[in-house]
Amino acid sequence: MPDIKDYINIVGRDKIDDLYFLGEKTQDKTVININSTAVGGGVAEILSRIVPLLKQLGVNTKWDVIKGDEKFFKITKKMHNALHGVDVSITKEDFDYFIEVNRNNAEELNLTGDIFFIHDPQPIALIEKRKKVRGKWAWRCHIDFTNPKREAIDFLKLYIKKYDAAVFSAPAFARKDIRTQQVLISPSIDPLSDKNRELPKEIIEKILEKFKIDINRPIVTQISRFDYLKDPLGVIKVYKKVKKYIDCQLVLAGGGATDDPEGMQVLNEVKDAASGDKDIHIIFLPPGSDIEINALQRASAVILQKSLKEGFGLTVAEALWKSKPVIASAVGGIPLQITHKYSGILTYSIDGTFHFLKELLNEPEYAKKLGQNGHEQIKNNFLITRHLRDYLLLFLSLFHEEDIVYL
Amino acid sequence: MQKKIKNARKKLDVAKNNPFHFYTQYYLIQLLGVKARNPEELLKGIKKIPASSIYYHTHKFLQQHLYLSPEPPNDFGFWTTSIINLKELGEAFTSIDTISFKNLEDLREEFIRILEEYIENKGYSVNCPEGQEFHFMSCKTFVFPTKFVAHDLKDFTKIIKKISINSLYLHIFEARLRKGINGNDFSEWFKDLGKKELANEISKLDPYTITLEGLREKILGLVIKYA
Repeated sequence: MPDIKDYINIVGRDKIDDLYFLGEKTQDKTVININSTAVGGGVAEILSRIVPLLKQLGVNTKWDVIKGDEKFFKITKKMHNALHGVDVSITKEDFDYFIEVNRNNAEELNLTGDIFFIHDPQPIALIEKRKKVRGKWAWRCHIDFTNPKREAIDFLKLYIKKYDAAVFSAPAFARKDIRTQQVLISPSIDPLSDKNRELPKEIIEKILEKFKIDINRPIVTQISRFDYLKDPLGVIKVYKKVKKYIDCQLVLAGGGATDDPEGMQVLNEVKDAASGDKDIHIIFLPPGSDIEINALQRASAVILQKSLKEGFGLTVAEALWKSKPVIASAVGGIPLQITHKYSGILTYSIDGTFHFLKELLNEPEYAKKLGQNGHEQIKNNFLITRHLRDYLLLFLSLFHEEDIVYL
Repeated sequence: MQKKIKNARKKLDVAKNNPFHFYTQYYLIQLLGVKARNPEELLKGIKKIPASSIYYHTHKFLQQHLYLSPEPPNDFGFWTTSIINLKELGEAFTSIDTISFKNLEDLREEFIRILEEYIENKGYSVNCPEGQEFHFMSCKTFVFPTKFVAHDLKDFTKIIKKISINSLYLHIFEARLRKGINGNDFSEWFKDLGKKELANEISKLDPYTITLEGLREKILGLVIKYA
């Protein structure tokens, strides 16, 4: 685990000094983070990096995970899809079970603290306990909230209105019908994590060899969970169109979160679509495969992120940090990271993605420039140090009503 | 002669008793849940958003897009030009002489005037593509001290090279619009030191048309010239 001082070489001493100052101002508060999974998925990944760093900055920070059975996670998956605008039916019984699991967790968890920072919808109903445990409560929504299904959002609103702040990853997720203070905090990547640090060439080559990927032909990669919303089947269609012109390889690699029972079904469909083409590499990665992901991204000529819905799209930030040209859908937080034709390419369809992929593979100099600009964009706005600062400011904001706060 | 010595002593005392403490600032961005698809909705939004939102949309680019030079001057100009493709309106927004407005309400009125004039003359409306709406935001600003303190111009020249972009931004921009003063924190301090010419030169700089790094260089050059 890196020391906070290790980031001085990347972002500069002044930024780290400022973090220490803000940490000092928050050190009399205990912050309890609660989410639904300890491993797998972007939320757990960010928390596993941020919590130790907040501690180093002097903030008494804890991280708890709620427990739920398969039935509960099937319901939360349905809710997740409904919030993304997918047509699913959530019954009254589902909502009741959701509340019951939250109530059981509220009894079991040690809710002693000053700030309760609840991540995503799964534990949102813990706020029912507010009257008893008191403190300030902030709800962190990591998912795309642009066009949610009414029954799902109406249910969540019952709880959101009880929080002191609701935190979203993109401006489009904000809602007019929520009176709670709404805050924009973009997620981030950690440049010193195994997933993002520099890797020696030998390690990259060894990993490519392990997955039987040819180092001498261009590699096009999408790293993401096997999930319909990441559109892996669309990516295969794009690849098949490009393959007629350019002898490239496709890597679809990712894992599954423990709260995502749909993953295996998607993986099987992807394998079927890829069967018969030895240049399509479907790689199901177990948790902890960060160096493998890092190596696959670094070895790639172009990175795709053809999501249909996206909270923020951390894999885009990871690829841009490695100065890779990225073609990604203009959804969720991706347009915050990519300025079209400046720091990457934004697309809206399979055909559009096909066109730009062919162009970038044929024009490596242009692709390189996009990657360089992308790196600067991530360095200035989407590294973990900025994220830590935003969290500290959020915590402080819960105790200050005024527009300008003099600390 | 006695008078000159007395004056010099007085200035030294001011500097001694009134050192310049460098502060810095950061934003926490707040989402208002209000969006616009066309100039009419933009006008409606600009009329009702809080002053802190006008501030945010006319100043955030300065810090966020360090790599763009020159930075787009305000979000309204950027959106109308790049998203709804109304170049004439975009240029009118972009050309607003932000520095000439000493308070945010006057600046808001200027955006309203331009929009009303545009809508009245054009008489039609263009909607942006779905997903590319203008989202009104606001900010809570946190101001806090840095370790840097200048007791005289010599200290100042050393420190101005080291302070962060955020600190530079605070002392130049925040001072004007939030405090409603002429010039900025630096020019105020230079005045206190009796460096009137330097103070005048510094307060004449238009920081909205210079990158923050460029501004740092200009301030440094002027301080060295008048030290």
